[in-house]
Amino acid sequence: MNKDVTFALSSAGVGESVARGQLDRGGVAMNNKPATFTLDGKTIPFSAGQTLIQAAMAAGVYIPHLCYNPEFKPHGSCKLCTVKADGRHTSSCTHQAQDGMVVESDTKEINDERRALLQMLFVEGNHFCPSCEKSGNCQLQATAYEIGMMSPHFDHFFPDRPLDASHPDYLLDFNRCILCSLCVRASRDVDGKNVFALSGRGIKSHLIVNAKSGRLADTGFSGEDKAAHVCPVGVILKKRVGFAVPIGSRSFDEQPISATPHPGPAAATLPPHPQGACPVGPRSNAATLPPHPTVKDV
Amino acid sequence: MGVESPARQKKRFSRFATIESLLMASPTDTHAEYLDPILSRHQHNANDLLQILIAAQDHYGYIHSDAIDHLSEQLKLPRSKIEGVSGFYSFLHLQANGEYRVLFSDNITDRMLGNMDLMQSMCSQLWVEPGKVSEDGLLSINTTSCTGLCDQGPALLVNNIAINRLTRERVNAIAELIRERVPVSAWPAMFFAIEDNIRRKDILLDSHLKPGSALAALLQRGTHETLHEIRTSALRGRGGAGFSTGLKWEFCRDAPGEQHYVVCNADEGEPGTFKDRVLLNGYADMVFEGMTLCARIVGASKGFLYLRGEYRYLLEHLQAVLQHRRQQKLLGSNILGHADFNFDIEIHLGAGAYICGEESALIESLEGKRGTPRNRPPFPVTHGYLNQPTVVNNVETFASASLIALHGGAWYAAIGTDTSHGTKILSVSGDCERPGLYEYPFGVTVAQVLADCGAQDTQAVQVSGASGVCIAADEFERHIAFDDIPTAGAFMVFDQSRDMFEVARNFVHFFAHESCGFCTPCRVGTSLLSNMMDKLAEGHGSPYDFAEIEKLNALLQSTSHCGLGHSACNPVLDTIAKFRPAYDKRLAQKDFVPAFDLDHALSQARQMTGRDDTGAHLERSHE
Ligand SMILES: Cc1cc2nc3c(=O)[nH]c(=O)nc-3n(C[C@H](O)[C@H](O)[C@H](O)COP(=O)(O)O)c2cc1C
Ligand code: SF4
Ligand code: SF4
Ligand code: FES
Repeated sequence: MNKDVTFALSSAGVGESVARGQLDRGGVAMNNKPATFTLDGKTIPFSAGQTLIQAAMAAGVYIPHLCYNPEFKPHGSCKLCTVKADGRHTSSCTHQAQDGMVVESDTKEINDERRALLQMLFVEGNHFCPSCEKSGNCQLQATAYEIGMMSPHFDHFFPDRPLDASHPDYLLDFNRCILCSLCVRASRDVDGKNVFALSGRGIKSHLIVNAKSGRLADTGFSGEDKAAHVCPVGVILKKRVGFAVPIGSRSFDEQPISATPHPGPAAATLPPHPQGACPVGPRSNAATLPPHPTVKDV
Repeated sequence: MGVESPARQKKRFSRFATIESLLMASPTDTHAEYLDPILSRHQHNANDLLQILIAAQDHYGYIHSDAIDHLSEQLKLPRSKIEGVSGFYSFLHLQANGEYRVLFSDNITDRMLGNMDLMQSMCSQLWVEPGKVSEDGLLSINTTSCTGLCDQGPALLVNNIAINRLTRERVNAIAELIRERVPVSAWPAMFFAIEDNIRRKDILLDSHLKPGSALAALLQRGTHETLHEIRTSALRGRGGAGFSTGLKWEFCRDAPGEQHYVVCNADEGEPGTFKDRVLLNGYADMVFEGMTLCARIVGASKGFLYLRGEYRYLLEHLQAVLQHRRQQKLLGSNILGHADFNFDIEIHLGAGAYICGEESALIESLEGKRGTPRNRPPFPVTHGYLNQPTVVNNVETFASASLIALHGGAWYAAIGTDTSHGTKILSVSGDCERPGLYEYPFGVTVAQVLADCGAQDTQAVQVSGASGVCIAADEFERHIAFDDIPTAGAFMVFDQSRDMFEVARNFVHFFAHESCGFCTPCRVGTSLLSNMMDKLAEGHGSPYDFAEIEKLNALLQSTSHCGLGHSACNPVLDTIAKFRPAYDKRLAQKDFVPAFDLDHALSQARQMTGRDDTGAHLERSHE
């Protein structure tokens, strides 16, 4: 579709919404019935102002997501939560629920799209799951299993992203950053520190820290920060706790992400395992093996 | 390269000496000296961060790390925020980038006029690699997205000031001026003589509107009645989306807010578009008058003109027009003697980011942030600048509104077609004798425009820029109109000698370069697409890659966050559909071939070891 047409549509949305009295559909139904929408045929109640994903989660229905975390203002960037609302694609983490809306999520079409988005995230960074401390607790990996991603499909970018091991307690492995901005939001909105920010543009977008030296050690970052515990992937890692929980017994090894309530913070803030560091490396467990990189899958 | 003459050697050494002295002067108070006046000019307002950074950069040609300390302290902004904003805009630099920063405009029209050879020639004359800073720190040479000078290309920007009509002689002269360290302000004025090239005038370009006359008409007719005229005219936005202008103004007027704002979108980044450049140069009063009308109607007292950084050379002229309007009581307080009519306009500069033409990204940029499109709804009409109701319109839209206020809505609506009223200005460039501005009533055929501009043997026309549509010869009877071929203004002509694959490839690179990077599909997808097109160009393509391109397109259309991602695949899809032979030529492979080329991967090793013999090559070593 031409940009012009797209824009005519999206701008027309302004007119339409006002004309249709869309605001009246936002949660307070006119005839006192609780407002609902259907999600893959299932009726989901919602309250005024709730987004599609909030209402779905409250009703116990999983919609894949990465940059969304119920504790923070939605960002709407990863697009994993894409659904079709009344026939049009939209991000369910930012789209407000409306009475009578018909929403599709768990369909082949949308899951195919989600799989491609995941593959994009995998090839954009450097993800070597077997050697990653976050394996099994990683939302990217778990979502890839959930959606049945068997290969990265696209050519890898192999970006050059140096680690930052300057901080005494924490390590930053930028190779795995998916630019979800959760650490940015947590540090700014909860910790009031602005330790993290996004810089660059396009494919060169990257995470930076708040220090002239560019090193985490020279920021106000601390392990107590909320920002230390929100990364859905394995960028912000506590040092010296490597493999405290053996691979195979981690949150998403126990149950798939779709069955894990509020996977984001729960997984990330999982207490360190009582036994202390496990001397054994990652098990060659089929369930935790990363998608194997092949040149193509047709 | 030959042996250096002693004179030339001396010159090189003197270049080193000055750079050293430059680098030594950088303690923080040195920065306070030039930063404080900038900061006071902006009342230490963090919303003006981008403007402050643009001005701050003028001092060293980049934003010094110590300067960020000072800005951070004064604006009470974290360093990470300042660096994050600087990192977003192509024209801002956090590292030394040469005293002379040369950027060759790299639209397809510049390519067709030989910009690559000219750039190569300048690079070798000045001993610098494209994209790198010269060893002595004197200069850097790189490419940049379309600079809006397609009717007089090839063009370049030197320290953000535009130079047109590059020839070998001009490039040699520029190289010499740089080598001699002549300040850009002392370069020959003819280099900077940007032309208007108006070729066909209609109601707008031929209007000779007397400053203040449209405002007088508004005051006479009444605010409500004038809005009615705008609605009657059926004026639709000229920036691409085509939304009803009257309706937009009405929504904004009716939206609750402490302040209302009027924003003129002069980002004009769509490759091949340059009408706003000419309107701002020759018709600025009409544009500002349109903004002032709008302000009266929606109840705004403050407006912004967001001027793309590439048009910085227009800044002084525009400031002068604003000043003149203030003196004439057409701007400022008590406009035309009405105590309740107060409105002023501030000009904000962009800094090399096409995405800032998207209205919500533009607003973010006005607020001094990274130009990332917002989640919508809410739309700018209710939640725009500082979350207040804001009208964003294109330059041409505001100019047209002035005409309507003066002559009435019915007069305007009678021009054009049943669905598209009034006129449209086209920016014609490429293979034709008379490139420039052509204003037509809506409904004109592509063929008519081609005849008027002296295009011969035309193979295709790209209408509305990279994100628009590619029109082939059998469609030349189609009309420029919202319901046939809608356009933001670009009209790039390609004759039979042109390779339409290369046209599409140039556009795809443009999108990859300009993607803001916010959302996954566009950030990664535009780069994947551009790699795929390079793969085809290198002869590694197979029909498999076509299917891949179509899949990518579907994904970008359905999941991208904004219009850039939605249209990023258009040029490829259009050209595959209409100029298939240009692609077939490249499908050397019947079966899938990986993009990875082992022999090519060894080139770095060859370069490092200085080898290029048979043994250092993969394929040839088998012979
Ligand atoms: C990627 C992108 C770039 C855009 N660039 C411009 C631009 O340079 N100038 C412009 O007027 N509108 C541009 N637009 C359209 C604006 O978002 C907006 O619709 C327009 O400024 C509204 O003004 P109008 O109604 O007068 O056309 C762009 C849109 C997108 C998605
Ligand atoms: S470091 Fe983690 S939380 Fe922060 S942006 Fe990257 S992926 Fe998201
Ligand atoms: S579609 Fe592209 S330009 Fe638009 S928000 Fe996404 S990444 Fe940015
Ligand atoms: S979870 Fe909605 S866009 Fe990322």
